[in-house]
Amino acid sequence: MTRVGVITFPGTLDDGDAARAVRRSGAEAVALWHADHDLQGVEAVVVPGGFSYGDYLRAGAIASMAPIMRSVVDAARGGMPVLGICNGFQILCEAGLLPGALLRNAGLHFVCRDQRLRVETVATPWTSGFAAGDEIVVPVKNIDGRYHADAATLEQLEAENRVVFRYVGGNPNGSLNDIAGISSADGRVVGLMPHPEHAIDALTGPSTDGLGLFISLLGAVAAA
Amino acid sequence: MPKPEILDVQGQAVHGALNRLGISGISDVRQGKHFELEVDDAIDDETLHKVAGELLANPVIEDWVVTRA
Repeated sequence: MTRVGVITFPGTLDDGDAARAVRRSGAEAVALWHADHDLQGVEAVVVPGGFSYGDYLRAGAIASMAPIMRSVVDAARGGMPVLGICNGFQILCEAGLLPGALLRNAGLHFVCRDQRLRVETVATPWTSGFAAGDEIVVPVKNIDGRYHADAATLEQLEAENRVVFRYVGGNPNGSLNDIAGISSADGRVVGLMPHPEHAIDALTGPSTDGLGLFISLLGAVAAA
Repeated sequence: MPKPEILDVQGQAVHGALNRLGISGISDVRQGKHFELEVDDAIDDETLHKVAGELLANPVIEDWVVTRA
């Protein structure tokens, strides 16, 4: 069975739902602790949402220096798939695995709503089961979700087809180019602000669209 | 401090509140952070800039200055 790690930092909130999404997709969820170095032989890692270390300094800044993240950075540079959701996306940016940064929402409000997204590229292990142009609905819930990168970086992301998810039907936070999620140059590392792990069951989410990311991963790992 | 090209929405909110105080003549507000470090004499400016660039500030969105009191 494919083993997928889910990291818990002090202040992580969504590790439970992320592990549940991993299990629902048919993989084994492996709990990883921030203070450990050992990735326990997992084949992919999810960095879940929350407020790691209370968002002190900057969202994700202190978590990016945690021992487990040093191991994740090394593994990601070797091609291991990594998914950062919300605070996890902020952590991956702070760790240098993804370009840019997440700033305070343009409206200064914590935004919590169901959000429509367009899947812009299927050239990542986390979106390989979708078709480019598919639209999905998953919750978004954050106050530091405004994606920013300098003009040259934005141009490069667009030219290299590395905008993975884009907001549709209204940009909730003023993110440049309506960007909701991006990938690394090799496509293996993906970060997004909205929460696919909260949309895997009609009982508790607005859709089951989010499960597609985790099922995509299983297919990508099996094909590798 | 946020780089000049960064839209500083918190600074704008503070500016709005200043207007409500009835004080005119303040055309813009930018909000940043200030850290005070107690350091040994052996710590040079180069080291302090390394500390600023690798942890205290995010060079993607922030500029910084190092001063000694």
